[in-house]
Order: sequence, then C-alpha cells, then structure tokens
Amino acid sequence: MSTRLEPTAEQIKEEKIYREMGLRDDEYERAVNMLGRLPNYTETGLFSVMWSEHCSYKTSKPVLKKFPTKGKHVLQGPGEGAGIVDIGDGQAVVFKIESHNHPSAIEPYQGAATGVGGIIRDVFSMGARPIALLNSLRFGELDNPRVKYLFEEVVAGIAGYGNCIGIPTVGGEVQFDDSYKGNPLVNAMCVGIIDHDDIQKGQAKGIGNTVMYVGAATGRDGIHGATFASEELTDESEEDRPAVQVGDPFMEKLLLEACLELVKSDALVGIQDMGAAGLTSSSSEMASKAGTGIEMNLDEVPQRELNMTPYEMMLSESQERMLIVVKKGREQEVIDLFERYGLEAKAIGKVTDDKRLRLYHKGEVVADVPVDALAEDVPVRHMPSAEPEFFKEMHAMEPKIPEVKDLQETLVKLLKQPTIASKKWVYDQYDYMVRTNTVVPPGSDAAVLRIRGTEKALAMTTDCNSRYLYLDPETGGKIAVAEAARNIVASGGEPLAITDCLNFGNPEKPEIFWQLDQATSGMSEACQALEAPVISGNVSLYNETNGTAVFPTPVVGMVGLIHHVDHITTQYFKQKGDLIYVIGETYPEFGGSELQKLVEGNYSGKAPAIDLNVEEKRQKQLLEAIQKGLVASAHDLAEGGLAVALAESLMDESGLGAEVTVDGEAVTALFSETQSRFIVTVPENQKAAFEQIVDDAKQIGTVTDDSRLVIRHSDQELLIQADVKDLADAWKGAIPCLLKSKA
Amino acid sequence: MKYAVIVFPGSNCDVDMYHAIKDALGEEVEYVSHTEEDLSEYDGILLPGGFSYGDYLRSGAIARFADAMSGVMKAAEEGKPILGVCNGFQVLLESGLLPGAMKRNRDLKFICRPVELKVENNETMFTSEYEKGEVITIPIAHGEGNYECDDETLKKLEDNNQIVFRYHGENPNGSKGDIAGIINERGNVLGMMPHPERAVDEILGNTDGLKLFQSILKNWRESHVYTS
Repeated sequence: MSTRLEPTAEQIKEEKIYREMGLRDDEYERAVNMLGRLPNYTETGLFSVMWSEHCSYKTSKPVLKKFPTKGKHVLQGPGEGAGIVDIGDGQAVVFKIESHNHPSAIEPYQGAATGVGGIIRDVFSMGARPIALLNSLRFGELDNPRVKYLFEEVVAGIAGYGNCIGIPTVGGEVQFDDSYKGNPLVNAMCVGIIDHDDIQKGQAKGIGNTVMYVGAATGRDGIHGATFASEELTDESEEDRPAVQVGDPFMEKLLLEACLELVKSDALVGIQDMGAAGLTSSSSEMASKAGTGIEMNLDEVPQRELNMTPYEMMLSESQERMLIVVKKGREQEVIDLFERYGLEAKAIGKVTDDKRLRLYHKGEVVADVPVDALAEDVPVRHMPSAEPEFFKEMHAMEPKIPEVKDLQETLVKLLKQPTIASKKWVYDQYDYMVRTNTVVPPGSDAAVLRIRGTEKALAMTTDCNSRYLYLDPETGGKIAVAEAARNIVASGGEPLAITDCLNFGNPEKPEIFWQLDQATSGMSEACQALEAPVISGNVSLYNETNGTAVFPTPVVGMVGLIHHVDHITTQYFKQKGDLIYVIGETYPEFGGSELQKLVEGNYSGKAPAIDLNVEEKRQKQLLEAIQKGLVASAHDLAEGGLAVALAESLMDESGLGAEVTVDGEAVTALFSETQSRFIVTVPENQKAAFEQIVDDAKQIGTVTDDSRLVIRHSDQELLIQADVKDLADAWKGAIPCLLKSKA
Repeated sequence: MKYAVIVFPGSNCDVDMYHAIKDALGEEVEYVSHTEEDLSEYDGILLPGGFSYGDYLRSGAIARFADAMSGVMKAAEEGKPILGVCNGFQVLLESGLLPGAMKRNRDLKFICRPVELKVENNETMFTSEYEKGEVITIPIAHGEGNYECDDETLKKLEDNNQIVFRYHGENPNGSKGDIAGIINERGNVLGMMPHPERAVDEILGNTDGLKLFQSILKNWRESHVYTS
C-alpha cells in the first residue's frame, strides 16, 4: 500500500478520521463490514464520497420512489445521465436539471458556470446534441450588497459558460425572497435531441474492454465537492472555496464535439460524465450498472499537478472530463478521433469480471472495493417526519384579503416586484439565439425551439413557487408541476415529462423531512394526473445557512412537444378586436401571494387550492383550442393574478391595449392567485368554436389599439386606467434600478 | 456559388452560417476545418461567430495563426468575398485584413438582443440589395464588440466610405463612431459584429439579414457573367 503520510486504516478508525470526510459512525461500520477489513485512507474516501447525500440520495430515496417514472413515450427514466422521451420520427428529447447551490454560494461565477458545464455533459454523455439551457435561480432580496453580488456573478457565470460553448440559454426563472439570502439556489437544466440509434448508456460492459479517460487533466480542484454539497453552509463555508471547481467552456466545446462524433462509432461501449465524485462515481457506477468490475492504473490518469495521491485523483472534481469504455483493440482510433479535436484520450484500465473497483498506483494496489458497495448498496436513511405546528396554524386561518387602497398604484408596485419584473437584465446577457432555432425567446410562458428538418417544436420551462410550499408543501408541490404544464400548454405544447431538482433544508430535522415527503407526494399526484412522468432529477439537501432552511423549493423542469410549428403560441396580445377570456373562476386566495408579500411583508394562511381534475381538463381543452387554430394568445395566471397577467400580455411594445370588465370583490378579481387559470385571446370569428371547446372560459373584454390598460368593475367603477408605457417602464426598470441603488 | 464556412476550435455560429447559405440562400456550402490551407475551390469565405480558442488571450488572437488563415489571405488578395461575423470580424481585425481592434463592451457585459443598424454604404458587394440609409434589425451577441481605432484610421474609414453599418439609435457597446461593420479598401472583406445569419428565417421573426447574402450572390453572378 502507499507509503504516503496518510493516516493508516487503524488511525482512521481510532481517531474517527472518517467523520471529517462526512461518514457517520454507523456508515463507517457498514463499510468495514462490506469490505471485511478496515478501509485505508483512499478507500474511506471512496465510501464517503459515494455515500454522500449528493451521490447516493440515501435520505431522499424513500420519497423518490413515489414518483411515476414510466409512460408510453419514456425511453429512459432516472438512473442514467439524463432521461429520454420519444418525440416520434426516430427522434427523442433528452433532459435533466441539476443543482449547483453550495458552490454558487461560495464562488458564484465558477459555481454557476460549472453547474452549466456539468448538466451539459450529462446530456451529451447520453449521445444527445444539447440544444438549449434553462436556469432556475433563487436569491435573497436585492437590497443587500452580498445578494446583488451573488445575483450578478451567477448570471455572469451562466452567460460565460453557455455563450462560449454555443448552446442557447433560452429560459428559466428568477425568484427573490429573504429565505435565500445566504443560500442562493442555482439549478441548471439542459435539453438535447437524439436519434434513437445513438442512445448511449453509462455501462462498463464486456470483460477485457478498455477503460479510457478523455478530456481535461485532473487537478486538485473540487476535492470532496460532493461531500461539501451535502452539508449546511455556515460562516466558515468560505474556507471551502477550494472545493469549488473552475470551468473551461472551450475545453467542453471540444469535448462535446468529439464525444458526439464518438457515439457514431461502434468502438464505443459506454460513456459517463465525471461529475460529482469524479473518477470514483463514473467508474464504480459504470461497472455496477453493467454487473462488472473495473481495474484502473492511476499512474496513467492525466494530471495537471505534481505528486497527486490516489485519494486526490479519485476525489477530484476537475471539470470537462469523461470516462469511456471502448472495445478492446479499438483504442487507437479513439485516440486519433480525440486528437483531431486537440484532446487526449488515454487508456487507464480495463473491465473485469469480479465486480470490484481495483486501483493501482506506482505498482501497488491502493484500493480494492466491491463496486456495488459504493454505487448500489448505499445505506438508506429513513428519517423521522413531523408535521410542524406552523402548518396547522396556517391551515386553520380564514382567507384574508390584503388591504389595498389604490388599485392602480398596487399594480405598478407589483410589476416592480423583482420576482414579477422583467428579467431582461438577465437574459440580455445570455446568447439565447445561437444555433438559430429559438422561435419564442425568453420572456413568454415557455421558450420554444423548432426542430430543424421537421414541422415540430419543443416548449420548455422551469417552475416552482416556493412560497406556496412554505405554507403547504403538498399543495405547493402539486402547483409546481401544474404550473409548468400550464406554461407548456399555453405555448401550444403537449407536456411530455418532467425533471426535478428538490432543493430543501437539512433532512435530519423532522419538519424538513416532512416538507420533502409532502412536496414529493403532491408532485407525484400532479405528474400522474397530468401524464408527465419524472424522467430525471437531482436532490439538493442541507440548503441552510447558520441553521435556517430555505423555503422548500422542488423546481420542476418540463418539456412539451408542439406537434406543428403553427401551434406555437405566445402570451402577447396580437390584434385589436380580439376577445379576451379568462379560463377558470377566481376566489380570494392570497396565501403566499405577491400581494400578500407587498402589503404584509410576510406569508400566511392557506396556499391556493388546486383540483388536479379541473387542471387537467382545462389544459386539455385549451390545448385542443390552440391546435385547432382558435387562439391568438395564451398566458397562465400566476404571481400577481389577473391584473399582472393582463399587463404582461401587453409588454411586447405592440401598441395594443385592453379593455376589461371584472366582477366580484375588486382586490380578489385583480390580484388573487387562484390556480388553474389562463388568460386567452381569441379572434372574434372564432368565438363560437372556442367557447364550444373550452368550458370554463368567460369573456372579460377586448384587445384595443390605444396602448392603455383599462379595467372596470361590472358596477361601472373604473378600477385601473393606465398607459401601457408607464406599466412597462415600471416593469422593465425595476431590476436594473435595484442593482444600481446603494444598499 | 460555393461557400466555405471556416470552423475554428470553439466556433459556434458555424451551423447558423451554414444553414443561412444552404436553406435561406439555396447555395452550395461546406464546413472547412481550420487546418485546411487551400481554399481555392470556394467562391466565398465565411468566418463565423463563436469563441475560437476560447477567446483566451484576446478574441481572434489565436485563430489568426490557423492554417486556414493563409487561404483566407490568398482569397482576399484574389478579390473573393470574405465575410467575418462577430468572432469572425475579430479574427479579421487580428489578422490585419481590416483595421482597428475590439475592446470589451462599454458596460462590461455580454449583450444579446436585436439592434437597429443603418446601412451607410450600399455600394458594396455585400450590401447592394439594401437601400442607402435603410434601417434594418439584426441581432448582436457579443462581449467584445466595442470597436476602437485611432482618429486617423477613423477618418480614413469615413473618407473611403468603408463604414458599411452603424448602430442606429442606441449604441449598445460603446463602439467608436457607432461602427457595427467595416469593409476593406478593395471592398471584398466585410467584418461586422451583428449576426445577419440569425436573421434569414421567417419562423424566427426576422429576415433583415437575407439581403446581405443575396447581395453577395447577385454580385458574384454578375461578375462571373462578365468574365466567363
């Protein structure tokens, strides 16, 4: 064994050094039992990183089982780099979302950039061409200099990576709330397209086949990143800055093109990204999935620093690396292929039949561990769950309408709320057009990309209103899925499937585990009702700063198929004289609403109710109306309710306006966040056909050409009469203004 | 007319340029590797946008040394049309085929959005299908598009009518003289920051870039009628 000054196996046990690596006492005992001896330093490192929450999902596994993962179009569910759904004509769409919260809290530019790089590799490791990126971001309020810094640097990091590699960043969402002040959420989603024939798996099949390392050399960056991501952030987390990796998008562009050429070759057997836990996870997972073992000579691993130890090499999270398995005897053609891209491909080991991960270094065996012990037989933790008193309290509250004096002024203030306000400041920094497929750019309900050479298009979105989850995680979980589907449908798409990123606090706290359990139950139910199975995802726990958790934030990324480009629909009003409809009734529901936040400064009461049967019916009917060409524009009603949605439908500088009449209590009619509602415009000559299809549609007004938004009450009282330009100025100016102001 | 799209390591608008020629213009086009020195079989050379060599050191600074650039120089001498867009423009500046240099955008941020351009010179082989003074909308997507040159060069560019496009209305990046695109003295090498290849397809909502490619084709056809 190694002669380095590493603690001995006995020292690790006696001095409980494994604890520093993130292993608990019972987990260490389990590792000892599985191994039948005391693990050495390198082996302890392998266990600790593979059994970290980030790699093993040991705490979340029991709740993830609830998700429906099968569907008639699903070709690949969770378990591989990314999920795959059939879209016909021999093509499929590949997608996944992943978090990079902890790195981004410490080093926001590189944290966000490498998050983007990692999710792109997950998609092209399946053999797919990445076509789009989305980002779901959460920050504290923009009145704090540190938060502004995090926001600006995260956006710059996403832009820096995505723009350089040449994959358009087409959408996503940004929400601001105090709960994310110390622990921002940075979730990146990548969508790719693949021909069925090219689908790859991360499996080390074929005894004797060669294991090759391709891409960037290994350095000491990101060592133990996965373990770091599985702990709470504290004031001392700054010291973990070396656990954050540095990205090189140029290297990844070369790697991407080389790998996409490689997948066309029958020399390739399996391919997997070296993401979290780098060489350790890629090798042990590929072997475990194939029922084989892997033997690697670490002397052959390309290294960019001197005297790296086996521990460092195995736990490094250096970016832009892939592990591939190729047929024995075909190594040279793979080396030649990568050389054409200026990249190194190096044989570092072979596939064995003994189901062990065996590592050599300087002629000695430095680790010898069963692959299933690392990747499969992970200790599952069943955490206690407890319903918090807070939930009972909130649930028992009577609906309360926030007190509003001036409706028009309130609308303007809502449009200035950074969560509602225009995100142009953000997406102007993203190249959302490169590859020239972006038909609906950022800003509408969902982004839409055409599929070149076909009549089809893809709609994609990310959604999660965590304030509802804070008040009621089960209902909020349902809403997150339903809202994503609403955005897809409003854009003319049929929801295909979802990917999810479960961002929660410390699951060892029973109230937090309860949130996770409740939220996933709600999501599962909604996925079933809306026929959108979960095909991939990621769990990010321990999102706490100094003991306080973020709001439960299970971000939903959804992709929908638009069967014909003629069905592509945006939220913007199209033509004077078109009839404006609202689909769905409105009730006084303000729990977790933007109005509640604006008026009361906090959230209380019940989250808005949702009936998934009603949701499903309305989505189906609206989609049918869109597909029949009856709908000019469609927009889901979300934060800020009807008044905000009407204003948003006029924000494309078309010169149009709207005259609308509402009834019932005015604050409710204008600002309630009742679910399952849409605002739709219909050309007058399609009125009868539209009403025949969509049951719950009520005409509330017409589109005008005077650039004014006029809302009256049915009792003739004028509620709002605003110039669209004034509303647009408030909406567009809010975020740049907050960033400029001195906090 | 047969076009070459030069692909450097890190080019990423090569696909867009290729489709603009093949699908929108309906002409023959091939991707040509940066390692290819001989470009003699092509009638027009297109240097696409992207981040050649990661834009490390300086945008375009490494790409100018690529083997294909000797073929580009030769094609320039022969009077063939050469269009460099975004990173392609930066490569043309670095290689000395066009005067001046690029600085980071005034606000030090990457900017992606459609902008208005004014066609200052429509008497070129790239712009003859536009009207003089016509205002067109073409997307930009760059972090280093802030054109800089000394006053003498600027005067020369102006006197020779080498400024082909200027930003109209707001100057997005701080570019000197609102310059968005310039041509060489001979009139066969055009560099521009905005992306005309992103504005050739009805479904993407903008076809203002199409006339640029149509101009190249029309002028090539006319000159080849005379010579053949």
